[in-house]
Amino acid sequence: MIRFIFKRLLQGLLVLFVLYTLSFFLIKTLPGDAFTGERAISEEAVEALKKRFGLDRNWITQYALRLRRLIVNQDLGVSPKKNREVSMILRQSFPPSAILGLNALLVACAIGIPLGVFSAVNKNSWFDYAAMGFAMIGICVAAFIIGPLLQTQIAMRVPAFKVAGWENPLDWILPAITLGLAPAAYLARLTRGGMLEILNQDFVRTAHAKGVPPLTVIWRHTLRGGLIPSVAFLGPAFAALISGSFVVETIFQVPGMGRHFIDGTIDRDEFLLLGCVLYFGILIVILNLVSDIIQALLNPRLRDSL
Amino acid sequence: MRLRQNKVAVASGLFLIVMFGLCFVAAWFTGDPNQQELTHKFAAPGSGHPLGTDQMGRDLFSRILFGGQISLLVGLVATSVAFVIGISYGAISGYVGGRTDAVMMRIVDTLYAIPFLVLVILLQEVLSSSAGEAAGWLVKKWSFPEETTFRFANILPLFIAIGALGWLTLARITRSQVLSLKQQEFAQAAVSLGLSPRRILFRHIIPNTLGPAIVYVTLTIPSFIMYEATLSFLGLGIKAPNSSWGVLIKDGANYMETQPMLLIFPGLFFTATLFALNFLGDGLRDALDPKAAKD
Repeated sequence: MIRFIFKRLLQGLLVLFVLYTLSFFLIKTLPGDAFTGERAISEEAVEALKKRFGLDRNWITQYALRLRRLIVNQDLGVSPKKNREVSMILRQSFPPSAILGLNALLVACAIGIPLGVFSAVNKNSWFDYAAMGFAMIGICVAAFIIGPLLQTQIAMRVPAFKVAGWENPLDWILPAITLGLAPAAYLARLTRGGMLEILNQDFVRTAHAKGVPPLTVIWRHTLRGGLIPSVAFLGPAFAALISGSFVVETIFQVPGMGRHFIDGTIDRDEFLLLGCVLYFGILIVILNLVSDIIQALLNPRLRDSL
Repeated sequence: MRLRQNKVAVASGLFLIVMFGLCFVAAWFTGDPNQQELTHKFAAPGSGHPLGTDQMGRDLFSRILFGGQISLLVGLVATSVAFVIGISYGAISGYVGGRTDAVMMRIVDTLYAIPFLVLVILLQEVLSSSAGEAAGWLVKKWSFPEETTFRFANILPLFIAIGALGWLTLARITRSQVLSLKQQEFAQAAVSLGLSPRRILFRHIIPNTLGPAIVYVTLTIPSFIMYEATLSFLGLGIKAPNSSWGVLIKDGANYMETQPMLLIFPGLFFTATLFALNFLGDGLRDALDPKAAKD
């Protein structure tokens, strides 16, 4: 197990390195820079600014210098546009994003897994059809439609909720629902599929035959194997949550990282952009590892091969 | 064919045909989507404007149909790009095997671990500037029609960026197919007949992988349409004078308190199309894959 985690961490570092390199040069080829903005400044001033941020050298030198600074000092540089250290910006905007993401994941699991399990157990019942219809809605109705609808239909009518903002825990609820609905739908479908596969197997029939109560069969014997596809989906789900957070943070004005990434793209703020991409990468590597470990715990055959 | 017995899938197919007809044929009879009538801002649905007008007095119905052209095109063009890359990549990786296969699949694994939208946004922005330059050159040197060329240069990068990064799963599916196909008798017969590897791969193996690939691809169309709309909603995708359903929903969201219809009408077209595409894709999968249909 420890060897497996170690191997996975090494692979993760490789992914991060590739991601950093790829994004660095992609960002470098973006047209324009952070200094040519709304105010017209003289060319000498731009040159001086570029020199101050180390942007006057060739790309390879910049790449090497910044990679070294990142590894040795954990320093991501200063955002020219916001005039603050990128690591400070990210440290401040990480908590709201993390809270939003975890709550959305909670919403997704709390809705998706029970729906999938009940649908599988009551296959082809009205509940199954209703649940799968709901899952289809979750997949097809985009967050940028659900969000504004929740704002007008709930936030503007219920005094406890605000249309936008991030001051008290009540403000967490609507964004989490908006972000969590799509993964909930996918989880419901995957859980149903995984459960059906297990429910058709011989050992389940044996358990029923020897008189184990139906609920115990589900709880003790099938849930474990039936949830494996859903847990495997958690890795991609985290990546989808990051993409989704761009939209949800914009709609509900959450002061998170997604907004900084979009701002960074529009402003051509290369330091901020690269910092955001690296943070996203680290998150996904860690969460993929967690998903792998849970899978191994659920599936004895997988555990033995580690 | 089993697909015909699936009423939902048939209805979805018919719906999509109507939607394509509306967007690509009927749209041209609804007037100019960019025609502003500032005296008719926020007109109610009805008289002269079937779905009313927006904040600049433009006809919403016409805008939805023309926006639909781009949204549907994203689905088709980006999917075709992903289809070609994914099939070739997966087939070569699976057929060549060995170290080449290992390296090619590690690349796919690495790209999997990167948030898709992040790379699409970056790639799209990079391609946009080259597309803009290319368009300027075409207009100046070859006197291409200016407006059309620049409009095209505005939408093409997004299509390519989504397609160029959306092929990963398809490559995996094709690879596993090729791995089992190349063991079968007909493939070994082709080898012993002395056919060149390229001919075996492209004439004998790849055609056999197309079935599952097409099923998977039907299900990527709605997700690509969703990506386009997401980017446009964030202000990073399609830009004026072009518009798409994502752009219309974004505009509508700005006026949702007073003019909810500006959000609801484009949202309905968008969502209904995604429903139809997903139902059709599910139906196709069930029809072609008996194992999945049993559940």
